Amino acid sequence: MKAQGGVGAGAHRLGGIGRVTGAQLYVADIPVADALHVKLVTLDCAHARILSIDSAAAEQVPGVVFVMKPEDLPQPIPRFGPQYQDRPVMADGEVKYHGEVVAAVAAETKDAAEEGARLVKVEYEALPAIFTLEAALAPGAELVQDPSIRRPGPLTGTNVLSEYHFGWGDVDAVADEADIIVEHTYDWASQTQFAIEPHGCIAAPDSDGIIVWSSIQHPYQLQKTLAKVLGMPMSKVRVFAPDPGGAFGGKQHPKLEPLVAFMALRADRPVRLILTLEEAFQAVRSAGARMTVRTGINSDGTLVFQDFVDDFLVGAYGDTGDRISAKASFLSAGPYRTPAVRITSRAVLSHTTPCHPMRGFGIPQVTWARESNLDEAALAAGVDRLEIRLKNLVKYGEEHVPGDTPADGDWAQTVRKAASEIGWGTPLPKGQGRGIAIGVKSGPTTGLSYSTVRFLGDGSVLVFSGTSDMGQGARTIYAQIAAEELGVPLAHVSVVMGDTSVVPYDQQTSASRSSVLMGNAVLNACRDIQRKLRARVAEMEGIDEKSITLDRGVMRLPDREEPIPAVLKKVLGPMGGEVVGNGEARKDALPEHPLGGTALFFEFNCTAVDVAVDTETGETTILRHVTVGDVGLALNPVQVTGQDEGAAVMGVGLSLMEHLIWDGEGRTRNLGAIDYRIPTSKDLPLELVSFSVENADGPGPYGVKGISEGSLLCTAPAVAAAVRDACGAVIRDLPLSPERVWRAIQEQS
Amino acid sequence: MNDTLPIEVTVNGRLRSFDVAVNHTLLEVLRDDLGLTGTKECCVVGECGACTVLVDGTPMNSCLMLAVEVDGSEVMTVEGLGLEGKLDRLQEAFLDEGAAQCGFCIPGQLMSAHALLAQNPHPTVEDVNEALAGNLCRCAGYQQIRAAVLAAVQGGGR
Repeated sequence: MKAQGGVGAGAHRLGGIGRVTGAQLYVADIPVADALHVKLVTLDCAHARILSIDSAAAEQVPGVVFVMKPEDLPQPIPRFGPQYQDRPVMADGEVKYHGEVVAAVAAETKDAAEEGARLVKVEYEALPAIFTLEAALAPGAELVQDPSIRRPGPLTGTNVLSEYHFGWGDVDAVADEADIIVEHTYDWASQTQFAIEPHGCIAAPDSDGIIVWSSIQHPYQLQKTLAKVLGMPMSKVRVFAPDPGGAFGGKQHPKLEPLVAFMALRADRPVRLILTLEEAFQAVRSAGARMTVRTGINSDGTLVFQDFVDDFLVGAYGDTGDRISAKASFLSAGPYRTPAVRITSRAVLSHTTPCHPMRGFGIPQVTWARESNLDEAALAAGVDRLEIRLKNLVKYGEEHVPGDTPADGDWAQTVRKAASEIGWGTPLPKGQGRGIAIGVKSGPTTGLSYSTVRFLGDGSVLVFSGTSDMGQGARTIYAQIAAEELGVPLAHVSVVMGDTSVVPYDQQTSASRSSVLMGNAVLNACRDIQRKLRARVAEMEGIDEKSITLDRGVMRLPDREEPIPAVLKKVLGPMGGEVVGNGEARKDALPEHPLGGTALFFEFNCTAVDVAVDTETGETTILRHVTVGDVGLALNPVQVTGQDEGAAVMGVGLSLMEHLIWDGEGRTRNLGAIDYRIPTSKDLPLELVSFSVENADGPGPYGVKGISEGSLLCTAPAVAAAVRDACGAVIRDLPLSPERVWRAIQEQS
Repeated sequence: MNDTLPIEVTVNGRLRSFDVAVNHTLLEVLRDDLGLTGTKECCVVGECGACTVLVDGTPMNSCLMLAVEVDGSEVMTVEGLGLEGKLDRLQEAFLDEGAAQCGFCIPGQLMSAHALLAQNPHPTVEDVNEALAGNLCRCAGYQQIRAAVLAAVQGGGR
């Protein structure tokens, strides 16, 4: 079964053979002749005024070709960014975060580039750095961004990049009706995506245009950004996007590609920059957050109101910080029926690495706060922690956020499955505890994907898709859809990705959208082919088109049924050729919606864990970890399990181990793999089991929904609740490190 | 910095003699001088295992070895797995179990797993976790990777 198969088969990954033989070419593996190597020059400082850059000594190093300095760029230095065009191609007069690039050396060899970078002498005046919410929000705080690069408005003179107010009902009016009100503040540490492949890009002048290879999630965004920054038509910017070696959100938008492109144009030859892991840590991180939650319930556990203040610590430039804070905060209240909700959300600038999307897009942060506070309310009321969730959970088709997409699944089914698999309510030995939590995340609020499918003369198929296959297995899914629709073996389908000059536009690879949006585009392209075949058959046989019906892989004529590939052969005849289909899938914007669009679908997950806590050391061991996701339909169950377990283990890392540490001057102290620990094979839950609820009720092909983030949305509150249940330790800031757990145990005893 | 020394090393069964820069790691020489880019570079401090290769049968972080140190040794990289264009049992099992997601860590995982099975043909779950503990996978496909290693043992005849 595994070697073939359309929908529902655990088919082998397309691209799998390259991945197990070493033949898969990631960006750093791509041979580009005559390329110069780039090494970045940065300061050991989070905030500084640049006084001078002396490159004379560097330029004397044999092999160094030139040193790129800010003055070598067009002036004023071009700025870019996905939401705010505020990030300069290179530090513009000031370094605003630890690791911002002040110069870059291009040399014939890596050794020469490194030697040259060491010899670039930068004179600078170190300035105080702001790297906490308190400091950024303090009255009279120094402004991280000069108002001249801010959007004009009431926030321009503050460090608040953006502020949103969401909600419904009147919290203040109903607060008196609540029997119990619980208020606490929860912290989520800034973390890093830590793709095992550090970011890289190569740029090469190409006649009157440029070619850029990048390990980017959104090649079409990169194409657009480069065209704008370089002043070229988009048709002259060709982006090759080889499969990223992991991305997790961190490779969504351009960062250093514009700099490398300017360097290639200056050199008039190819230029390559492959970051070290330390540099990757300085290029991208997730948003830390502090959330104050007030939950009001009746004595039976019915929610009366929820009140949130969500502050996200974003970086020195806007990047996606505004959108992360807004989109995540919008769903602060979760999947519950709450009469009154008030949400204030702020994205706060700081002298830190610009925060970028990370798997979950802020939802793990707000979920940590909401679910933890809900548990505290349940404990205060003496209501079971599972019951309080089931009691308030919206039903299928009921709105949890008025005006947004209603619940698109039987979510109680998911929660009950998780509870049953963890044995909720059954006794546990002393020293063990149990936690359960719910995560819900909006899928994309807008989307646009095109696909072209070529049905070749021998009945094999080429699918063109602009998705980036970064491990989620998109390529395999599209091939399975094409195999199903056109009735061909999976082994006869190839998927072409990663070339903006050849493959039609796709808006993004993010928000677990690709199986739904691009999946529908591929499906529509295949059905376009089916319709073209039908029209031709009707013409050839002199029958009415309406008398022919199409189904997956087959055409039904009035007198017979024929497999689609047989139809193709007849239609093409002796001259051969091919049939080309085009497909489109879109999710239109809604300007009046607070997020610019409703959720295309929801990722809904329930996670339940049993833990044991060593009270001597504070160490937490997850004995059993159950994750249940409402996936709509598992197009490829092997890949669904891989994504779900992977996200769950990442969630364990984010809950127990991971945090970026800034020193007293705002410099990141744990750059790299020695000091920033992520889960290894020895940090897994002793048992980790993933289940899918499949009711084929999603908007994607055959009823699929997106699934790749679900199981990390609520890991942290489930684990923290289990720790509390096990030993009484109450922890409201992450990660749940042994030291933190141990201290909390001491405090409560 | 540009001093070189001649080395003689068997790489994936092929004896090769060439000069290497004395300051270059085995990882750099494999990737940049020999073009064997299946071995991956990530942390370069011996923590992530992406660059794992076998040196005389022992899994080593090639980022932590100077190339001159392998003079006279046998080095095996991911490109050396499988014979005559056929996948070996571990590679097959990794495909069957869906163990390779983004794939970037997989060459290193395969080399560590290869060394494990050479030493311990019937590993337990704990043995696999221990042997692969030095190979980070951020896709966190650890359970599929482990299942693949154990499946390769069962399908040993392939």
